[in-house]
Amino acid sequence: MNFEFSDEQQLLREQAQSFLADNSSIKKVRETFESDAPYDQELWKKVVELGWTGASIPEKYQGLGLSYLNLCVIAEELGRAMAPIPFSSSVYLATESLILYGSEKQKSSFLPRLASGEIIGCFASDETCTDSSLDSLQTNFSNGRVSGEKIPVADGGIADFAIVLAKKEDSNSSAFIVDLNSPEVERIPVKSIDPSRDQAKLVFHDAPAEELGDQVSGNIILDTVYDRAAILFAWEQVGGSDTALNMAKAYAMERFAFGRPIASFQAIKHKLANVYVKNTLARSNCYYGAWAISTNSEEISTAAASARLSSTQAFYFSSKENIQTHGGMGFTWEFDCQIPYRRARLLAANIGSEAIWQEKLISSIEAHKAA
Amino acid sequence: MDFNDSTQEAKFREEVSAWLKDNVPSAKELDGLDYLEKAKLWQKRKYDAGWSCIRWPVEYGGRNASPIEQVIWNQEESKHDTPESIFVIGHGMCAPTMMSWASDEQKKRYLPKLASGEEVWCQLFSEPAGGSDLAALRTSAEKDGDDWVINGQKIWTSGAHYSDYGVLVVRTDPTAQKHQGLSYFFIDMKSPGIEIKPIKQISGSSNFNEVYFSNLRVPDAQRLGEIGQGWQVALTTLMNERAAIGGGGGGVNFDSVFDLARKVNKNGRPAIEDSQVRAKLADWYVQESGLKFAGYRSMTALSKGEIPGPENSIGKLVGAPKQQDMASFALDLLEASGSIWDENFSESNGLFQATFMASPGGRIAGGTDEVMANIIAERVLGMPQDMRADKGIPFTEIPTAQKP
Repeated sequence: MNFEFSDEQQLLREQAQSFLADNSSIKKVRETFESDAPYDQELWKKVVELGWTGASIPEKYQGLGLSYLNLCVIAEELGRAMAPIPFSSSVYLATESLILYGSEKQKSSFLPRLASGEIIGCFASDETCTDSSLDSLQTNFSNGRVSGEKIPVADGGIADFAIVLAKKEDSNSSAFIVDLNSPEVERIPVKSIDPSRDQAKLVFHDAPAEELGDQVSGNIILDTVYDRAAILFAWEQVGGSDTALNMAKAYAMERFAFGRPIASFQAIKHKLANVYVKNTLARSNCYYGAWAISTNSEEISTAAASARLSSTQAFYFSSKENIQTHGGMGFTWEFDCQIPYRRARLLAANIGSEAIWQEKLISSIEAHKAA
Repeated sequence: MDFNDSTQEAKFREEVSAWLKDNVPSAKELDGLDYLEKAKLWQKRKYDAGWSCIRWPVEYGGRNASPIEQVIWNQEESKHDTPESIFVIGHGMCAPTMMSWASDEQKKRYLPKLASGEEVWCQLFSEPAGGSDLAALRTSAEKDGDDWVINGQKIWTSGAHYSDYGVLVVRTDPTAQKHQGLSYFFIDMKSPGIEIKPIKQISGSSNFNEVYFSNLRVPDAQRLGEIGQGWQVALTTLMNERAAIGGGGGGVNFDSVFDLARKVNKNGRPAIEDSQVRAKLADWYVQESGLKFAGYRSMTALSKGEIPGPENSIGKLVGAPKQQDMASFALDLLEASGSIWDENFSESNGLFQATFMASPGGRIAGGTDEVMANIIAERVLGMPQDMRADKGIPFTEIPTAQKP
């Protein structure tokens, strides 16, 4: 039994923590949060220099070709720091789509540039505010061009290209690579519930596009990419959830009421013990996810849904109870409690709601039991 | 990261598995024996072959095994249908206390017979006035010559009725501060002056007892630790309690509720097709898998020779309420038939009803949910202890009831 990260990965974690403490402190996150900048460009540049955008890209495409366990470590630390950068969109979604389904030509063209930071990618699947099912896709692809609207697209205002889900003339869906800098693409900025992360509406007016890989069904792409991304998102969420717990604890220790630190009241202790418990369960499920993604396990759907569901629940819980622990001050703009609370909501909304992952989990257990 | 044994672990597992295969008592062998005889037969067989209390030193009946080997043993043994153990408290809590605090002579006399199952031990700590607040206990011990004379009452004593010995905390100095006036003994449960009354639980079974002492005489030589050091000795026992109780055990789990949901209908369709049912199941699944993988992380720490982290303490805090809620949910799925508890009529022979009625006990035994949450807050998160009204004053002056 060895259910732990390696020494080398622990070292990576330490380096990531100290790098992010210097470059993505809560003060720095807040600067992006309060400015009009869609992301922290300086931090992004340094993250690229560290090779993180190419962590999972094979060496043949100028990436580092590291194990997915390393990417899990990076994800947790970026989540802990609540880094205001388009890492999840570009790495977990766009880069992974290309690694999994891109043609040789597409990989050679895009992956080296993603690794070097020359380009940023994003993933555009949702179209309306209610239903993200592929059956109701309104975006169409024909004659090498896509038309339609996508909203919300995380980091759509920043990215150079998008992986766009659209329906083909034969009414099968697939994924298409679209250059977002082309004149046929209109980018409309959208206000985000987490202003430290960019969101956009993308409108395609017969924008030039090429199909990702070779005639793969959109459903397969979406399920596979989302399963793998869910594990990495979950690590970000569990990292963020730890931050919310630590903020709450630090405040409870220093804040006095009735002549004593509020951390000595059982009402507060039990609240934070429950946060700790949820975080620990979520982290343990994330370990399962890390194992599954790094070994290409056939259990990946179950592992992804378990990690995603428990981390979404944990981060929501810790971020709301963090505000509560701070009392009225937690409700002020000036305090930082809103940052994990907003980030928790953003990450919960990216790649599918709690209800969707609950359903995926039970479906995958059913499939497993039927096998 | 991988789930496989190291070469050495795999070799050990093979050895264990082979021995178990040849030695687990058959149903025929156990036929006609009561649960005590069954448990003792199995324990003695393990002891004779060197497979009892494997982490203990060889001289006390163990084999100096590593923590991870103990885990492997437990996993392999749990694959077989073996008699229910009556030694968990003796092996898991009393023995570690004896090892730390008893004389060499006492260790040689008592530990091997504990390991072999010839002698069963129990733990006499809780009292009607001292549960979560254990140190509030009032059973008194007064010195008389070379003996101590003990009077008072203990409660929630598992297995007192079949135990040969017990470990006991009593108050030797009521004028001292609460934690300072305690002393710790081990006693012969067959001595005169001990009366044992079973407690009937809400589940209908009787796993616990009340134990009354009237002028029980205990030799001073059976004191563990100094006079007044009883709390410290008790902590040795309690530290081992979570480790000994820990684990899930039987009753309702994800699989049993999942299977039930496939079997019964809701609104004319199999319940498993109902989205509310699926959402609930998903939430329980991630709790169960979270606990399972937290356990794997502890095993990894053990396997590296490290002491596992406090993640162990969450098992009971999560597992016990989860079982209660799942049982309640399952009974709801059974609609009106959830209201009967009759082995002849109830689904799964009444498993869900039995868990429903037993689960409140799981949330209390070995530390209530609230005590477990305090442990996590204080020992894991490092939050300060609650303010206390009983600090720094003699035990006799501590308030015990609302003043009229």
